[in-house]
Amino acid sequence: MSDIVIKAENLGKKYTIGHQAENGRYTTLRDVLMQSAGNLWHKTKDLIQGKPIIQGDTMEEVWALKDVSFDIRRGEVVGIIGRNGAGKSTLLKVLSRITEPSAGRVTIKGRVASLLEVGTGFHPELTGRENIYLNGAIMGMTRQEIKDKFDEIVAFAEVEKFLDTPVKRYSSGMYVRLAFAVAAHLEAEILLVDEVLAVGDAQFQKKCLGKMEEVAKNGRTVLFVSHNMGAIQKLTSRCILLDNGESLLDSNVNKVVSTYLSKNINSSRNETLDTSQNDFTIKSISFNYEAVQNGFNKPLNFDLFVNLENHKYNLTIGFIIINSIGAKLMLSECDIDEIPVGVTHLTLILEDHHLPPGNYSINFGIVINGIQILHKENVLSFEILDLGIDNPRLTQKRDKVGAYIPCKYIAHKIK
Amino acid sequence: MTEDILILEPGRTEKNYWSDLWRYRELFVILAWRDLSVRYKQTIIGIAWAILRPFLTMLVFTVIFGRVAKLPSDGNAPYALMVFAAMLPWSLFSTSLSEASNSLIVNTNLISKVYFPRLIVPTATIVTAFVDFLISFVILLGLMVYYQFAPGWHMLLLPLFILLTLFASLGPGLWITALNVKYRDFRYIIPFVVQFGLYISPVGFSSSVIPEKWRLTYSLNPMVGVIDGFRWCILGSDSPIYWPGFILSFVIVTFFIWLGVSRFIKMEKTFADLI
Repeated sequence: MSDIVIKAENLGKKYTIGHQAENGRYTTLRDVLMQSAGNLWHKTKDLIQGKPIIQGDTMEEVWALKDVSFDIRRGEVVGIIGRNGAGKSTLLKVLSRITEPSAGRVTIKGRVASLLEVGTGFHPELTGRENIYLNGAIMGMTRQEIKDKFDEIVAFAEVEKFLDTPVKRYSSGMYVRLAFAVAAHLEAEILLVDEVLAVGDAQFQKKCLGKMEEVAKNGRTVLFVSHNMGAIQKLTSRCILLDNGESLLDSNVNKVVSTYLSKNINSSRNETLDTSQNDFTIKSISFNYEAVQNGFNKPLNFDLFVNLENHKYNLTIGFIIINSIGAKLMLSECDIDEIPVGVTHLTLILEDHHLPPGNYSINFGIVINGIQILHKENVLSFEILDLGIDNPRLTQKRDKVGAYIPCKYIAHKIK
Repeated sequence: MTEDILILEPGRTEKNYWSDLWRYRELFVILAWRDLSVRYKQTIIGIAWAILRPFLTMLVFTVIFGRVAKLPSDGNAPYALMVFAAMLPWSLFSTSLSEASNSLIVNTNLISKVYFPRLIVPTATIVTAFVDFLISFVILLGLMVYYQFAPGWHMLLLPLFILLTLFASLGPGLWITALNVKYRDFRYIIPFVVQFGLYISPVGFSSSVIPEKWRLTYSLNPMVGVIDGFRWCILGSDSPIYWPGFILSFVIVTFFIWLGVSRFIKMEKTFADLI
């Protein structure tokens, strides 16, 4: 069962965009008229030649995808990650035939269903029941398939009571639940999913994630685009990292996610940090994503390269961890008895920190013999991923609190 | 189990375009049903609009052209009946043309998010226009009873002309809706064309009013042939058909269907990028 179901060879997608030239000088009515006349002439010429109208004075070709090649085997669940504008959605659009590639070629075996946005084609005036049929048909299901799955869809979306109400009267949560439910029950060999987990409340997100997991386990081929690294790590085993339309890395998920994180957020500082004593410098400081598995209460590893010209004793390295809303959560210190002269690689390991998933940054300081020789704010930032396993209870505003510590209890019976 | 292998390449024309279209026939049905069930939602008199609009237009035309301008009717046919026999194909044509031309823009969210043969969208809108047509057909029957006008055997050929009307609107409709994706100007042109067309087509008057030497030229407007055909079917021998003109209209309808479909297929692949 190792046959290839999607084969992309040197895939490229080009868009032409226009730029409005900056016209700083004072414009007169005459200029405006001249320009309008010129525009009209050009647009008419475009129309006759059948070219699209591009607003703007200068044109630029942008390759949203460039030379992307990969093979996906039957039953594989592959994640696609990358920054905004890296070409993830364009890739899914090409694979799902919404738009045609500008270069290269894709060979697809089997029926493809794409889930690029939930609720596509919902009509506000129609009832929930009618919309299930409409949306199903748009996604490529036959009437019979929808009929067979109807009860399952309704139960999943939890909208039994409102089936005969127009969806414009639905709350946005209900709307999204219904939309996801229809999509999740698609019967297709290959499923393309884009960011659908970013909807609904935390509880429903969990349910969606569970459903996705079930789909993945059923041996279907899934391509999954998301910004949620936790979901990516949980659902996929292989991952493709896109950057500027190019495929940067295609490997196992942990490696790709840590590469992405270390590239994406400012998790390393390679310039030298000078201290107030000129025989001691920090060459670089970085957060090590590869050392251990990322997740709740997993050890945090920092790599530090220090350069020392004379012997120093009683070196203390301290850092303050700051959460995404700027609150200082904790101070951690590390006493180092003696380090050799020259460049030394220090790995600082912070265990049992109880920090909930989220984005953090650190302030960094060094004290030698009781004198602070360095204090630097926002030296680097890192992310603790939500793997959805370890802290299932606390679901909202996780990274806005300090530590997350489970609590025990004792119950006394009082007569 | 054999699986379909799909190859995506730039500029590749789909080999099984038409069979693909057939596979999506359920989507066609459901989109048509959606347009239909949404059409008169949140209106008080609902479906009565489908009767009211052509009926009122017919009244105005009969009064203005028949009574005020005193134009002759076809043979002995009552003027109102003659006008209505033309109103039927004209409103079928104009609604399906305007609905089809706007169809892609209206369904932007579908076009940019899901794949399906795009031809389904404009063709499905025509069903709505057709249902309106069937409803207003009831008025025609009512008028026939009122004027005690019995239709002849020609009436049996009416379905052919209905089909011709649909094709007459589908051809330009497809072309314009495809152009509309690129150039929104066409959104403003269509209402104008429809309004204009009502006066240059023989809706309020009989085409026999047109001088004989101009009739063939007049038939360059495909709706002339279609309307004459409708009148011939409904009014029988009172309204003889002008065959050279009809054939010319027929050729033009066929040309537009070819033009519309081929342009549409050519532009279809770029819709998602341009819309």
